[in-house]
Amino acid sequence: MSRPVIEIKNLSFAYEDQLVLEDINLTVEERDFFAIIGPNGGGKSTLLKLILGLLTPQQGEIRVLGKPPQKSRDKIGYVPQNTNINTDFPIKVIEVVLMGHVGERKPLFGYGKDEIACAMGVLAQVGMEKFANEKIGSLSGGQRQRVMIARALCAHPRILILDEPTASIDPQGQKEIYELLEQLNQTMTILVVSHDLSIILKYANKVAHVNHSVVVHDISDKSKIFHTHSDTEHLCEIELLQMLGNESCDTCTSQKDDQLTPDIKSKNTKEWRENR
Amino acid sequence: MIEALQFSFMQHAIIAGILVSLAAGIIGSLIVVNRMVFLAGGIAHTSYGGIGLAVFLGLPIFLGASLFAVGAALLIALLTHRNRHRIDTFIGLIWAVGMAIGVIFVDLTPGYNVDLMSYLFGSILAVTTQDLYFMGGLLAIILFVVVFWYRQILAVSYDSEYAQLRGINTRFFYTLILILSALTVVIAIKVVGLILVIAMLTIPVYIAEKLSNSLFGMMFLSGAIATLFTLTGLWFSYTFDLTSGASIILVSAAGLGLFLLANRLKS
Repeated sequence: MSRPVIEIKNLSFAYEDQLVLEDINLTVEERDFFAIIGPNGGGKSTLLKLILGLLTPQQGEIRVLGKPPQKSRDKIGYVPQNTNINTDFPIKVIEVVLMGHVGERKPLFGYGKDEIACAMGVLAQVGMEKFANEKIGSLSGGQRQRVMIARALCAHPRILILDEPTASIDPQGQKEIYELLEQLNQTMTILVVSHDLSIILKYANKVAHVNHSVVVHDISDKSKIFHTHSDTEHLCEIELLQMLGNESCDTCTSQKDDQLTPDIKSKNTKEWRENR
Repeated sequence: MIEALQFSFMQHAIIAGILVSLAAGIIGSLIVVNRMVFLAGGIAHTSYGGIGLAVFLGLPIFLGASLFAVGAALLIALLTHRNRHRIDTFIGLIWAVGMAIGVIFVDLTPGYNVDLMSYLFGSILAVTTQDLYFMGGLLAIILFVVVFWYRQILAVSYDSEYAQLRGINTRFFYTLILILSALTVVIAIKVVGLILVIAMLTIPVYIAEKLSNSLFGMMFLSGAIATLFTLTGLWFSYTFDLTSGASIILVSAAGLGLFLLANRLKS
């Protein structure tokens, strides 16, 4: 039995009068690859900010590694959403990574040798050490995202939290990012917000569907969610939508898929695409 | 030009030009990367309220303008924290109210004898020794802050949410950058005037940004480019008997034009 690293109990959060999250209960265990999905405006980013301690809930409790989120920040690595902003900013890759150290003990000015060595180490871990002295804006979206992951790793986190890490990255780059995360998952808990359902299902062991409330699904047994009646194994989005949108997942099997009329199937697929 | 150097007003003008250009290069870089250009414009115009108040009360102009500008910076910092989405409206409001206060106080001053134009367009040839101490002191403070808090300022400017997560007091540094901007605007008013100050804070920075790959390099290069533009503008102003502030800004704009043209030809 794994230990819980993030525990959320009866949490509610509202921006002024608007209730965004209501009575959330959620447990993330050590070494989980935990995915958060849900529609835009459903409260995904708000939930992340609560876990990071950037927002405080009006009701309920969050414990990260047994402590309030603000006290566990040094054990959390965070990769924010959208790395395409601020690309004109004159800053080198290595300086971005060194930001991961800010707030820890440091020399009077400049950067310590140990800090630079550590930063080069994490850059090597994500395969970006050759780019250390490049301007961040000259990198591709996927490369920049790796740098952001390196920055998060700089703090030697126990939990790595990523907000839509593959938005606006080409398919090959997306695959590489998730392979990297899978590798990092050997030593740390991964919590990722994403729209890429097909990728999430391949790598995650748990999925939480956040839309005002939360429904958690254990998908560690991959055989249940793959189509088996075709030669090439592939994912059925409709099944997944049904499974993730409903409380009763165990009723969701491939038979259920067959009961749907083609009209409904195509409608659901269309809606799903639009939501994306 | 050489014979002009023997006049103390010209020596003061050159020293003031260098001090203000260096300060404007460093702080202008921070203003541009933090996307605070409109905000700095608001502070510049608001400080006219302080000029009017100082004239009315018979206080040193620098003191009045500084207090008003810093007050505006603190107000903007507070409002930004409370309601970021409406900040442009508030800045527009503070901008106009500050100027209106200045105009009213000048109206109320008996025996009106202030040359309004010198504050709107600068009066670099009327810089006093006292002004130079003020400018030098401010530049020293700016250098101290950016050298010792470089990492924090870099982190807050590049990604403030992340900086906050790493335990940096982002509000403190945001406010600090705003206050230093306010004070820089005040000394730059002496050189180019409050209407033209934005150009001085942004044109050299824009060129430097394209040529630098670190914030520190950008600050240094902006300072150097601003100094070049200011001294060249001053030379034009002296030689052809033109308003100094406007000459400096037009030299800067011409420099920017040449830079963009050279860039276009190169690619």
